[in-house]
Amino acid sequence: MLVSEQKPVEEILRYLDGENNIFLVGCKGCAEGFESGGEPQVMEMKQKLEAEGKTVIGFTLIDMVCNQSLSRMKLIPYQQVLDGTNALLCLTCGSGVQSLSSVVNKLVYPGCNTISSVGGHAEWKEAERCMECGDCVLAYTGGICPIARCSKSMSNGPCGGSENKQCEVNPGIDCAWHLIVERLTKLGRLDKLEEVIPPKNWGVSLTGGPPRY
Amino acid sequence: MKAGTNLERILDSGEFAVTAEVGPPRGTSPNVVQRKGELLKSCCDAINVTDNQTAIVRMSSVSGCVLLNQLGIEPVMQMVCRDRNRIAIQSDILGAVALGIGNVLCLSGDYPSFGDHPTAKGVFDIDSIQLIQLLKQMREEKKFLSGANISGEVPLFIGAAENPYADPFEYRTPRLAKKIAAGVDFIQTQAIFDVDKFAKWMKEVTDRGLDKKVHILAGVIPIKTVGMGRYMKDNVPGVHVPDEVVTRMQDVKDVKEEGLKICLETIDQIKEIPGVHGIHIMAVGWEDMVPTIVEKAGLLPRPLI
Repeated sequence: MLVSEQKPVEEILRYLDGENNIFLVGCKGCAEGFESGGEPQVMEMKQKLEAEGKTVIGFTLIDMVCNQSLSRMKLIPYQQVLDGTNALLCLTCGSGVQSLSSVVNKLVYPGCNTISSVGGHAEWKEAERCMECGDCVLAYTGGICPIARCSKSMSNGPCGGSENKQCEVNPGIDCAWHLIVERLTKLGRLDKLEEVIPPKNWGVSLTGGPPRY
Repeated sequence: MKAGTNLERILDSGEFAVTAEVGPPRGTSPNVVQRKGELLKSCCDAINVTDNQTAIVRMSSVSGCVLLNQLGIEPVMQMVCRDRNRIAIQSDILGAVALGIGNVLCLSGDYPSFGDHPTAKGVFDIDSIQLIQLLKQMREEKKFLSGANISGEVPLFIGAAENPYADPFEYRTPRLAKKIAAGVDFIQTQAIFDVDKFAKWMKEVTDRGLDKKVHILAGVIPIKTVGMGRYMKDNVPGVHVPDEVVTRMQDVKDVKEEGLKICLETIDQIKEIPGVHGIHIMAVGWEDMVPTIVEKAGLLPRPLI
């Protein structure tokens, strides 16, 4: 189980600035259990966004968004609707946001912060995807997490050690920032990286702050 | 003037700057830093003191800087994000300013696994761009990251590194722009061997007008032995040594002479590239050669401003 809680709506609106047609995704797994991204929360988010003048062009709930194959399959009926947007807002843990990012050529924004995995895992197990940092930055990095996947957890990478898409620490590790730049270039959204991301609040991170569960 | 350091004055006056580097000892004797400082004094505008480079424990950068200051030599204090959190960083900056240090180079730091304590926890609380922004805030607003007031001035000339050879190449110039937006005053690049690729990067930099917003010093490393060339090529993160450099050194009798020749040829080419405001000589283990390099490159005497 991954414990997540919704980000303040002000933060969500800040990074959705300029995105008018939003597609909402909730999760019937952990996020439903922790009331951060189940059906009631998706409906509530829809209302909040509409109250702020956004158009919610559609929404869906997937059993486990972190299951890549399932997410890919469940989005097939929505292909036409998705053609009308560049932005998905995903009310799940960080693994869910990244799983969804990997199956759509759109920006996927995190609606939640992941605060603990309570010792468990998401359904996407071949690599570390989410470090339960509690202060999700996926909105800025094209749905690829630099905290979990960059050796130096850089918010404003890449460092000077990236070569041939590989991290200087170990050629077996992809340079997360290379992947981020590549993805945002493909989406035509490198502008996402222009702003300096401020220092993180490690106080809410499972690995930087106190134990929580 | 931001800090009024010699390096800042030289760069602001439009002179072609020369900086070099001193690696502090793995021990307690001040002599190593002092000897290297005296050697480099008359041929450089400021001298970088490295901060546990390649994650190997050495005397602290701030101590090395103070030893240079005592000899009337201007230091550039290197500071990595690997070993300190934001509390220690700000504390060290206050101390550095109190001890007369004005130039600080902001780096993320080589990963601990490269060094002599590979099991150490890397801190990486903030990254190099956030460090630049933090120092600028301390200087201009006289505030800590928390927003609390700092008593006294924080005159700093803020530097950072850039590696035109790191990937993805297309993002190196936008990332430099991000460092400028964060508040960097000068850049020292990773060592240049492939001048064509460096020139291509500089073209992007000047096309965006970034050379007008930041002073770029091109890094060079004189290679002393074939083994050193090979080692840097294979093992030093971020350094790109082309095969032909190693081949050239293998094919000659006087390897040192060839190493010097390659370095001087590189400097000659670099000097012609628009937007380059100086060179930074990283003569690792070969500091003795720096005065000769600067002299033969036609960069002596150093201007007094």
